Amino acid sequence: MRYSGLKVIKEALTGHKGWRPTWRDPEPKKSYDVVIIGGGGHGLATAYYLAKEHGITNVAVIEKGWIGGGNVGRNTTIIRSNYLLDGNEPFYELSLKLWEGLEQDFNYNAMVSQRGILNLVHTDAQRDAARRRGNAMILNGSDAELLDVDGVRAMYPFLNFNNARFPIKGGLLHRRGGTVRHDAVAWGYARGADLRGVDIIQNCEVTGFKIENGKCLGVETTKGFIGANKVASCVAGSSSRVMEKAGMRLPIESHVLQAFVSEGLKPVLDGVITFGAGHFYCSQSDKGGLVFGGDLDMYNSYAQRGNLPVVEDVMEGGMALIPALGRVRMLRSWGGIMDMSMDGSPYIDKTHVDGLYFNGGWCYGGFKATPASGWCYAHLLATGTPHKTAAAYRLDRFRKGCMIDEKGQGAQPNLH
Amino acid sequence: MTDAVMNTGTVAFQADGSTGARKGVQVNRLDGGLIKGSKALTFSFDGKRYTGFEGDTLASALLANGVRLMGRSFKYHRPRGVLTSGSEEPNALVELRSGGRQEPNTRATTAELYDGLEANSQNRWPSLQHDFMAVNDRFSNFLTAGFYYKTFMWPAAFWEKIYEPIIRKAAGLGSISFEDDPDAYDKGFLHCDLLVIGAGPTGLMAALTAGRSGAQVIIADEDFLLGGRLNAETFGIGDLTGSAWVEQVQAELAAMPNVRVMPRTTIIGAFDHGIYGAVERVSDHVLAPEAGKPRQILWRIYSKRAMLAAGATERPIAFENNDRPGVMLAGAVRAYANRWAATPDQTVAVFTNNDDGHRTAADLIAKGVKVTAVIDTRADAPQVDGAELFAGAQVVDTKGRLGLESVQLRLANGTTRDVHCGALAVSGGWNPNVHLTCHQRGRPAWREDIAAFVPAGTLPQNMSVAGAANGDFSTAAALRAGAEGAVAALSELGITAKTADLPEAEDAPINVTPFWYVKEGKGRAWLDQQNDVTVKDVKLAHQENFRSVEHLKRYTTLGMATDQGKTSNMGGLAIMAELAGKQIPEVGTTMFRPPYTPVSFGVMAGRSVGEEFRPTRKTPSHKWAEEQGAEFVEVGQWLRAQWFPKAGETHWRQSVDREVLQTRNSVGICDVTTLGKIDVQGKDAAAFLNKMYANAFAKLPVGKVRYGLMLREDGIAYDDGTAARFAEDHFVVTTTTANAVLVYRNMEFARQCLFPDMDVQLISTTEAWAQFAVAGPNARKLLQKVVDPEFNISNEAFPFMGCGEVTVAGGCRARLFRISFSGELAYEIAVPTRYGDAMIRKLMEAGEEFGAVPYGTEALGVMRIEKGHAAGNELNGTTSALNLGMGRMVSKKKDCIGNKLSEREGMNQEDALKLVGFKPVNAADPVPAGSHLMNADGEVSAATDQGYITSAAYSPVLGCSIGIGFLKRGDARKGEVIRAVNPLEGKEVQVEVVSAHFVDPEGERLRG
Amino acid sequence: MIINHPILGPRDSQEFTYLGDATLIDRPDWQAEDAADQFHDYLYLRDNPAGEHRELWFHEQGDRSWLVVTRNTVTHEILTVELARDVARTRGRSK
Repeated sequence: MRYSGLKVIKEALTGHKGWRPTWRDPEPKKSYDVVIIGGGGHGLATAYYLAKEHGITNVAVIEKGWIGGGNVGRNTTIIRSNYLLDGNEPFYELSLKLWEGLEQDFNYNAMVSQRGILNLVHTDAQRDAARRRGNAMILNGSDAELLDVDGVRAMYPFLNFNNARFPIKGGLLHRRGGTVRHDAVAWGYARGADLRGVDIIQNCEVTGFKIENGKCLGVETTKGFIGANKVASCVAGSSSRVMEKAGMRLPIESHVLQAFVSEGLKPVLDGVITFGAGHFYCSQSDKGGLVFGGDLDMYNSYAQRGNLPVVEDVMEGGMALIPALGRVRMLRSWGGIMDMSMDGSPYIDKTHVDGLYFNGGWCYGGFKATPASGWCYAHLLATGTPHKTAAAYRLDRFRKGCMIDEKGQGAQPNLH
Repeated sequence: MTDAVMNTGTVAFQADGSTGARKGVQVNRLDGGLIKGSKALTFSFDGKRYTGFEGDTLASALLANGVRLMGRSFKYHRPRGVLTSGSEEPNALVELRSGGRQEPNTRATTAELYDGLEANSQNRWPSLQHDFMAVNDRFSNFLTAGFYYKTFMWPAAFWEKIYEPIIRKAAGLGSISFEDDPDAYDKGFLHCDLLVIGAGPTGLMAALTAGRSGAQVIIADEDFLLGGRLNAETFGIGDLTGSAWVEQVQAELAAMPNVRVMPRTTIIGAFDHGIYGAVERVSDHVLAPEAGKPRQILWRIYSKRAMLAAGATERPIAFENNDRPGVMLAGAVRAYANRWAATPDQTVAVFTNNDDGHRTAADLIAKGVKVTAVIDTRADAPQVDGAELFAGAQVVDTKGRLGLESVQLRLANGTTRDVHCGALAVSGGWNPNVHLTCHQRGRPAWREDIAAFVPAGTLPQNMSVAGAANGDFSTAAALRAGAEGAVAALSELGITAKTADLPEAEDAPINVTPFWYVKEGKGRAWLDQQNDVTVKDVKLAHQENFRSVEHLKRYTTLGMATDQGKTSNMGGLAIMAELAGKQIPEVGTTMFRPPYTPVSFGVMAGRSVGEEFRPTRKTPSHKWAEEQGAEFVEVGQWLRAQWFPKAGETHWRQSVDREVLQTRNSVGICDVTTLGKIDVQGKDAAAFLNKMYANAFAKLPVGKVRYGLMLREDGIAYDDGTAARFAEDHFVVTTTTANAVLVYRNMEFARQCLFPDMDVQLISTTEAWAQFAVAGPNARKLLQKVVDPEFNISNEAFPFMGCGEVTVAGGCRARLFRISFSGELAYEIAVPTRYGDAMIRKLMEAGEEFGAVPYGTEALGVMRIEKGHAAGNELNGTTSALNLGMGRMVSKKKDCIGNKLSEREGMNQEDALKLVGFKPVNAADPVPAGSHLMNADGEVSAATDQGYITSAAYSPVLGCSIGIGFLKRGDARKGEVIRAVNPLEGKEVQVEVVSAHFVDPEGERLRG
Repeated sequence: MIINHPILGPRDSQEFTYLGDATLIDRPDWQAEDAADQFHDYLYLRDNPAGEHRELWFHEQGDRSWLVVTRNTVTHEILTVELARDVARTRGRSK
């Protein structure tokens, strides 16, 4: 069934009887060509591109809970391609290009909205760094503009230009960055994969791997054994817990990141603003809520909830940047578990077990990566070789000393 | 948080205003209530003036004035009135106040009335009565749940250019004024043995029991009046009316020094280890805060035990057109009548599935309001006095565009009947307020007898739940649970409390028969009134396989409005369970998350606003520098002098060039106090530093300073500085300004965790010493005037990289280091911080004959770039000693942090980046930092990238711009002309690769 | 969160700076034959358990003790708090 305005009108006039399940709920088959563990954005995107780009449709996506219930459903919805390093920027630029054509591609309106991301600059050294980054972005085919303080003021006259502790001196503007309706991404990919024959199996937890003679033969689940030629883990947030069942220790720590939304407001912010000096970033959803966040809680956690100090820290940043927010109320907070990697960059790789693949370590940048992650993981699964834009995302890069450390913080996951 | 109490009793209510004075224009004002009828307050809504009384909320005052229409819904812009009488209100949201104090989305039900209150309706245009956007309601059949996911995709560009801007403009609720909030906010910390959350009968009894035992008690309630549902009901406790009992308890609590009573205080969240967040609304009930008082306070409450006594929230029943102004919750109608002496209309009907709804009818009748019908879904409904009962009947539709006019019933016998009424009081039963028990991911459990979820599973550490919040709805049960709960909680702390004799109170069961929605009718029956989610939307979600609670919520937006589904979630769940053929507990519940009710940015920020956002650290010479008219710059938390403009200088470059040249030609002085300083003492001090630095330190002689490079364990260089050896067992280490805290932390880590038995002690002395760089050919001459004459600081006695303890200005102790960042003959002199101001004045005075200049961070930066010294831009967390040209410094003969992993192949590639200098081929060209480096020929692309410029400046010595940066194989490419490209700003400059040591590469000056 | 400091008693976790897994105490011998591998595993690999986790906290706004806190990463419950120096000694880091 194809979605369109015409279809919506037709259904409205005939009692909405024709809408079918967005995806089926099949029982698992005995075996598949590929079993993807994790029905989040990345897992569903991987299944979608395996089917659509590589014609591999005998695929199951196995999800412990409900699809889209992890970080794809609990992030601040930002997409961007404003990375600095060679190992990263081509990948995120691929991702942004896929976002740009996504809705027509999977026939689902995920509300991709390129309203621009502005990274504020407060010091000369930050401007130097912004210039280096902006140039790297442009050299990789992305877009960037360096604004002075007047340029920032013209966009957002209500920021604190009067008595700021860290005065705004300019900003790096990435116009193609923006936001996407996050849940719709999971549903759109699920629908697209399902239509092409992929089985999405909810409420099915992987309890173990069947590994014989160094080869992975399938997964044990709460719905029984499911055989597979290839098993692809895609469970950011829970990577260590799942891969431990295959005897692996990962270069990952799990941390909690809180995010927040305000009560609905008439338009305040058109684009996304990040305020590094204050650990605060913010956008406004199409519904009118300000969606904002800041730093990790900093300690290892699987709790999907955080504590008060970080809430205060983030909202202090909000007030410091936009003093007119004083009477605006924060409506809801939530927490997601982040696969924090050792250099802040992800992994898309084979493992030492034949037929077992790993995708994880997305830190808190996984959402924007969803299309490219699925695209490149599908490429690796289908062809056996890494996609050229994801070639650096190897698990052995620390052994080789080839870190991809955007923030320059070293092997301390909570600082990335 | 209100405590639900459920049974009837009869109490004579004290009327404290004459009927005549109250009525007047307040057409729906009743007798009695807990308002102060003697004190009339004037307020406005949408520009129209009204009067109310002290004790009113905006909602109760509007109802008393005959105003039912208070808002518009989010999507369909349907006319909406008040649904509830508490913080769970979804409909009656207003913009309160104006200007910088304009507050969007304020619930009229919690806004206390004050004289001069100004409120406006929101999300409507041009007026509340005539809202153009209500056209959406006509197209509701097209605007079903999730319709937007299926359309607006063609043509592709139209989403962002056409559709989305329209949607964004129409979306949202209230608006902000964009003016800065003029009010202050505070934060505070409280500690207690027992925190009681909610001051209804349960909470009051708990606080009383605990207070009498001598325990430290805090009792908080979001309402401005303690008592919870006791204020809304007509039954008494013992011999007293409910409110009189509350007053008596309140008086006793107030007299206890160990009890803190906090009305107007919402516990917003249960955090780890017994910490609760609380927001106290100090001044929201007055026109403007009193001088010196904050608007609100965020309290962090550290409790040893906590009792949740937050009561329960009534839930509606869904039926066609159940959203008209006048359709309200039955408990709210009763509360308005009993507490606020107001009724939404003079004719009211009641629709209920439980006994509690009948109380509303009885109380209204007692107040002289005409009850036109009691519609009870139960065939065996109890009898009603004074109103017609329709047992086994349902409300199937309503009429009235801007306010309810009548309801249509389907009677038990199948016939229909229209009943006239201006208000309909609906009760679908009560949900315990379990929210805080879920803040640490506890999941409530279903209780069949009350058809509601109650707290269960893992509660937040040391929390107990009592009273209606626990599903015990009668007053007697609440009192008992409060007292017993307090005794139990305190006994865990070793405090003995006694259960007082409990007063008598009503103790009747609720008798609820679950009834969630009326199945009849083709129209819409609302669940989430604010977000316009109807029963049909839930059915559609089910049809499209959005069947888990999380999918339902996300697909339909049910429960995502400002009330977080407090009145709507349960109905949605029940319908989904029915459609899926499951029991309600099998469908599960969505997760309640903090805050319990929305919290302002202002209060979460507290005093951390404007320039007070973060602490400001000032250098010891700050006052002096201000006197010189210095420009200051933020360096982390520090403010440092950036340059010192002189009269006639119109551009910062003039000042900076002058400072550089005068320093290089004579002498300049710079406050370098911000550099981190760490005192390292102990027998193993040298051995310890030998572990910390990549280069060798064990054999540094006493009286000498050495440059040191610190690596992270991964082999990346992260800080550099100096270590001066003052004695065999005493070093003074300096770090960069940015890393002062980090280096100290890492050294303590090494000392305590890696080498726990080394005899070494550390202390940060960054703030203890004021330190000044004195640089330039006349530096020694200047210092000889300041350092006391008994200290010989001649070149021979005190050579380059020497250090020692001296006295200055006739006996003031000081430390002198002969080190140079500028490349000149230079010293750094440190005195105890309290002498810093005197020292800068002394140095400048002594330097007068040499024309000494103070220089700021800009000149400092220019001179270090001229010398090719790495700083923050080069130590960017991705560069190794090898990249910095210091690869050979990293000792392979010893164990030190980072040397092992710096040997990895990826960090030792043949084409590794090396730090070099760049000069423009055309001397007039600037070479901006952040430019990327490309070969002289060939394409400009990421693939051909050769490196980047890290730092750049105009060198007044060389008369051109210069830069330093990282270039692939840079050390082998000196003399090569390459391109520095800056497509970001459309620039490209030809540069020559040179040594990074632009000035005095042999280092003759600093040894002179 | 509240950390019950072995010397100072209960303190708000906001006074502390978090580092990570307490195995960072077990820094390998630089002269071991497989030192490169050992350092890799030491610095980069983590058990990252969902459950009890021994971890390092620094009392930065306090007495500057490094502590080993045993905390449940699912519930955040803290089970024990020890001075890291004592832990280091019991793990054989004395000279």
